[in-house]
Amino acid sequence: MIINHPLLGPRDAQEFTYLGDAALINRPDWTSENALREFHDYLHLRDNPAGEHRELWFHEQGDRSWLVVTRNTVTHEISKVELACDVARASGRSTGRDEGQVA
Amino acid sequence: MGYSGLRLIKEALTGHKGWGPQWRDASPQDAYDYVIIGGGGHGLATAYYLAKEFGGARIAVLEKGWIGGGNVGRNTTIIRSNYLLDGNEPFYEFSLKLWEGLEQDLNYNAMVSQRGILNLVHSDAQRDAARRRGNAMILNGSDAELLDVDGVRKMYPFLNFDNARFPIKGGLLHRRGGTVRHDAVAWGYARGADRRGVDIIQNCEVTGFRIEGGRVLGVETSRGYIKAGKVGVSVAGSSSRVMAQAGMRLPIESHVLQAFVSEGLKPFIPGVITYGAGHFYCSQSDKGGLVFGGDIDGYNSYAQRSNLPVVEDVIESGMSLIPGLGRARLLRGWGGIMDMSMDGSPYIDKTHIEGLYFNGGWCYGGFKATPAAGYCFAHLLKTDRPHDTAKAYRLDRFMTGHMIDEKGMGPQPNLH
Amino acid sequence: MTQRNRLTGGLVDQSNPLNFSFDGKIYQGYVGDTLASALLANGVRLMGRSFKYHRPRGVVTAGSEEPNALVELRSGGRQEPNTRATTAELYGGLDANSQNRWPSLKHDMMAINDRFSNFLTAGFYYKTFMWPKAFWEKIYEPIIRKAAGLGSLTGAADPDLYDKGFLHCDLLIVGAGPAGLMAAVTAGRAGAQVILADEDFRMGGRLNSETHQVGGMPGADWAARVVAELAAMGNVRLMARSTVFGAYDHGVYGVLERVADHIAIPPAGKPRQILWRIYSKRAILCAGATERSIAFENNDRPGVMMAGAVRAYANRWAATPDQNIAIFTNNDDGHRTAADLIAKGVNVPAVIDIRPDAPKVEGTELLTGAQVIGSKGRLGLTDVSVRLASGEIRRISCGALAVSGGWNPNVHLTCHQRGRPTWNEGLAAFVPGNSLPMGMSVAGAALGDLSTHGALKGGADAAVSALADLGITASRLVLPEAEDAPIRLTPFWHVSGTGRAWLDLQNDVTVKDVKLAHQENFVSVEHLKRYTTLGMATDQGKTSNMGALAVMAEMTGKSIPETGTTIFRPPYTPVSMGALAGRSVGKEFHPTRLTPSHHWAVEQGAEFVEVGNWLRAQWFPRKGETHWRESVDREVTQTRNSVGICDVTTLGKIDVQGADAAEFLNKIYANAFAKLPVGKVRYGLMLREDGIAADDGTAARLAEDHFVVTTTTANAVTVYRNMEFARQCLWPDLDVQLISTTEAWAQYAVAGPNARKLLQKIVDADFDLANDAFPFMACGEITVCGGTRARLFRISFSGELAYEIAVPTRYGDAMIRALMAAGEEFDAVPYGTEALGVMRIEKGHAAGNELNGTTTALNLGLDRMVSGKKDFIGAVLSKRDGMNTDDALCLVGIRPVDAKDRVPAGGHLMAISGPVDAAHDQGYVTSAAYSPTLNSAIGLAFVKGGGERMGERLRLVNPLEGIGTLVEIVSAHFVDPEGEKLRG
Repeated sequence: MIINHPLLGPRDAQEFTYLGDAALINRPDWTSENALREFHDYLHLRDNPAGEHRELWFHEQGDRSWLVVTRNTVTHEISKVELACDVARASGRSTGRDEGQVA
Repeated sequence: MGYSGLRLIKEALTGHKGWGPQWRDASPQDAYDYVIIGGGGHGLATAYYLAKEFGGARIAVLEKGWIGGGNVGRNTTIIRSNYLLDGNEPFYEFSLKLWEGLEQDLNYNAMVSQRGILNLVHSDAQRDAARRRGNAMILNGSDAELLDVDGVRKMYPFLNFDNARFPIKGGLLHRRGGTVRHDAVAWGYARGADRRGVDIIQNCEVTGFRIEGGRVLGVETSRGYIKAGKVGVSVAGSSSRVMAQAGMRLPIESHVLQAFVSEGLKPFIPGVITYGAGHFYCSQSDKGGLVFGGDIDGYNSYAQRSNLPVVEDVIESGMSLIPGLGRARLLRGWGGIMDMSMDGSPYIDKTHIEGLYFNGGWCYGGFKATPAAGYCFAHLLKTDRPHDTAKAYRLDRFMTGHMIDEKGMGPQPNLH
Repeated sequence: MTQRNRLTGGLVDQSNPLNFSFDGKIYQGYVGDTLASALLANGVRLMGRSFKYHRPRGVVTAGSEEPNALVELRSGGRQEPNTRATTAELYGGLDANSQNRWPSLKHDMMAINDRFSNFLTAGFYYKTFMWPKAFWEKIYEPIIRKAAGLGSLTGAADPDLYDKGFLHCDLLIVGAGPAGLMAAVTAGRAGAQVILADEDFRMGGRLNSETHQVGGMPGADWAARVVAELAAMGNVRLMARSTVFGAYDHGVYGVLERVADHIAIPPAGKPRQILWRIYSKRAILCAGATERSIAFENNDRPGVMMAGAVRAYANRWAATPDQNIAIFTNNDDGHRTAADLIAKGVNVPAVIDIRPDAPKVEGTELLTGAQVIGSKGRLGLTDVSVRLASGEIRRISCGALAVSGGWNPNVHLTCHQRGRPTWNEGLAAFVPGNSLPMGMSVAGAALGDLSTHGALKGGADAAVSALADLGITASRLVLPEAEDAPIRLTPFWHVSGTGRAWLDLQNDVTVKDVKLAHQENFVSVEHLKRYTTLGMATDQGKTSNMGALAVMAEMTGKSIPETGTTIFRPPYTPVSMGALAGRSVGKEFHPTRLTPSHHWAVEQGAEFVEVGNWLRAQWFPRKGETHWRESVDREVTQTRNSVGICDVTTLGKIDVQGADAAEFLNKIYANAFAKLPVGKVRYGLMLREDGIAADDGTAARLAEDHFVVTTTTANAVTVYRNMEFARQCLWPDLDVQLISTTEAWAQYAVAGPNARKLLQKIVDADFDLANDAFPFMACGEITVCGGTRARLFRISFSGELAYEIAVPTRYGDAMIRALMAAGEEFDAVPYGTEALGVMRIEKGHAAGNELNGTTTALNLGLDRMVSGKKDFIGAVLSKRDGMNTDDALCLVGIRPVDAKDRVPAGGHLMAISGPVDAAHDQGYVTSAAYSPTLNSAIGLAFVKGGGERMGERLRLVNPLEGIGTLVEIVSAHFVDPEGEKLRG
């Protein structure tokens, strides 16, 4: 497979390490009342679609960017590649300081 | 009519006219006591044991394509009981014991061949881990022997002992492990189930569940609605898709695992070898092909196909272990879809929907589990209680913190 | 040495003879021959034996699909089983042997199987060999295994080299027949980057085997001209002897180039084969078509061949299987073979055409509406029986029968990404379907355009269109004139009869077997294949699948496309394992990482050990030491008594910088980091998000906004990856940057009571190492040896007064030499990983054996470190009940009650009285060592509720090695539990 890195252009997928569903960006708030259930679901339950899948790849043998790749799990066709930090910011992640930090 | 050498001779002399279908192509009835979704090894074994051990009910197996077309139809045929953890080893030992009597039980020669599995070790830490595992196996009633490098050399003189990047330091030998003619397992169970009245319905895809008041009433299929007392889902590879129809998200990802076979060769590798320093394990089929595999491709996929980097990785490992393989040729590779679970261990459990039961998450270990998975799933379906050897395979174990993580890789499916 | 079946002409160089041997007998052939063509020319028809019945077999095809003529080529480590005689290029001294026969090809004892073929039907083995139970492994299976298999490996290592390469192009063209050549010249002239690959050693495809004129000249000449033009283009790469074996995701193709298979031994330093990965923007499949047979009784005798192959042998190789060749066909193409043979002077006694309305052929008798119903000749065809339209049976004497059942387009690569072919009624064949791999188009016979004109036009059109996709305008070239005969074929698959009619020649699958499969409900084509082994031979069904499908369709009353097709998977033709492995074998399997002190350690005579990809010194034997324990004990003792030095560069190092660095680490580590003062180091524990211990190490604060994190050697990569994940994906706005500096700094542990004294000789005088000025857990940036930049950390893994000193890697070698020189007066000793391991066990530090991916902070006895007051990776899920039970495993020390006993790591712990089984398991030993400090074996173990069980005795059981030992639970801190030494 070839991943079209937003900064570096097309790169062989072998340069990357795969993590999984991009939903892993959405780490729950540890102070939430249902934190245990939320963390359980966040870390363990997957949509696992047969079709379009947004997923995290790490350019380990390259510039060490985490990417969010939109890829079809049936055809392996890649329709979109974004920097994960942009996706994270867009989904409201920032410094974590607002998440009930105590110490 | 039973199979035997005598019968074969009789049929041979009369033009083989007496052989009937090995199983009937049944059409769906309106209602069953048990509907098993998935005509793979596990589904067929479940139906067989339900009918044989747990008696007399109306049972159907629904298969969207042809039976035995999932992972029982494409795997590297290995059976073994060499697990480390208490949640696993009793189950796989139970499974191996069922394998040991399977052919006589089914009256079907699945060529269960206990030719021994040797897990090589290449470092002191690996030897320590092998010792812990070997002891756990013995303590669970399985067999294990720890070989030093001379012991390995005696069994497999053609391995790379002298020019290896990661020298062989010994191995853990599990003599009762071996191989089975994988397709025959599906057919043997199908024939056995059919002979006990189970309806095996091919080309019947489940398209939805009818659920009311938290209870499953039946399944919608491409061949109409079928009422069901209880529904057992056994569709590894498609688990997430099928269970999504019941509104469930699972601790499962789908990944491709490739397997390979070489051109036919005269006997070369007597048993099963697994490399401890790379992704490679290998045996030789009775037909002569080297059957080998390695790691999963590593990204979510439902595409049943091979990809080059993993092919190369596996064969680099193979050649590093067995330098004499160079002139053999890779004949065919295929990719199967694995239910990769969050701790590398499977699920056999009830769901929160009454009457709906789930068996899946087998990673790449489902084949060897076939008899026990069928038996234990049948037990659960019939009694609503887990079988003793399968009680750790709960869907809620990540909530309670009772993971069964043989490799210690955590909730990242592609690392198991 | 006469070549009695050699004809005139052809593309072989009849002025250039070569000697070769087959089964020990010497023959002569010519440059340009294949082994098969040369054997045919020498009158050899018998070349192999079938898989199951060991029936005598001859060559049937002239290409890579050959199912019968498989030989062992070369010998020793180069012995190459199952080589198709049809693709093996002849070279002087070629040495081939037949296979799967004993004792000889003519007299094969295993042919007894054929006598019992009635019993050995499809799937017979599923029905028998079940009693007595023990007999399968002991009796039946060994016999079956011995009889099965084709060629053999010697077991010797392959001495040849294999390379891998990567190529990029605009357009990859697969196959250099008329379509491929036309596509290549169209694209080449347009300036595109083109790769043209063909499995044959001579480009031209069928043009080399036909007598057609192209552009007013023989087709082979036209092909040679185009190839010459392409060869002169800088933007075109011609790859002959190169099989495109797989179509992979995103336009990537796997290609095997056979660089040196056509010579006896590759030139020194040159590879035998190269595995290319080609990254193409577009690809055109011009792979041609494969002829199929018609099954009839005993259609497997040597001499029964494909009509197109017979024609190819005659035209291209000037060889014929016999001087009398009959033709059996259902289409006009078979008639071409008759015409070409006659033109070459071969007698064609008859053309047997199943069509009542077959067109006339000159120079032979045409039997219309006739069928071949049988054959004779045990080791080679002598005659065939023909049922004429009238019903009369006629026997025709012939040494070969050329059979044509039509042509199947080579759609294989179109299916490699699970595209399904579709049925073409006119051809009675499958053609490429709609869902082709990304960027692929198909032209020529592979698409079903079987005429030369159709192929030329298709190739040109496909090239123009593929280049247009890429924004390259290619002009349409004037097509050379060529035949454009229509396809006239009456689908016909097998002659009905009672005898055995072969579908899969290699695996001995007959029409009867398909019928039996149907009778037993193996109707799905996948079941059929698996039950009968049809299509599983080395040709992967290229010569057999269609016939069997047709028979099954007949049985079920369905059409062929309704009956289905099996999925074609890579590789198109088998690929040698050597090529797939390339150079990553033996010592080169993985890269070897060397530590900065490696060369120095080699000089000291160190023993080395693989630690991941690193090679580390394991111990440093001294003269007179005969056992590794002597060396290790000495290294430990000397370190504890004076000072020892160890290269610890392999530990992962991550530089963490930025205003939010401390806040970031606070989220990464389970213990608090935000308030760590500058100049201090803290031990840290990282959890995974699921609360399991991930790694441990230290973080040193060199400045407000600058930390250096260390990881274990094993987890250096994953810790860095996970930290980047946290930085980029979880808290993207924290002001922090990371970089791995593992290889940038050489780092040495200097440990022992004299460590400070030693270092004072190295560290520049401006830096005060006194205990007050630089206490335990201090760190700082310093200079050494007169101004060389360095970092010093006062941390201890051994439990001694210890430091780790880091210098830029380029000074690593100089530093170990300087340290050792400075240490001479203290009798400083270098120590390796073994002594390191002993000392850390003596000190009770967890390492890889304890951080095994299933253990928690509680298990490790580190639960008090885990903060309850902050968010960090693993904070929430580490609280799950199942991980916090009262009887959770806890890390303890164990000592044998009898100091002479061993405590093997991997042993399990049981109560002294009570059953020994899994249900009563109390825990297990993770690490063990002999402690020279305590003069006893010691171990670390996880024991249920172990923290509360100090002093308790347990049985250490190790049934694997038949050992049982009485042990006592003790503190894991065997040495200096109060930590006085390391603070001194």
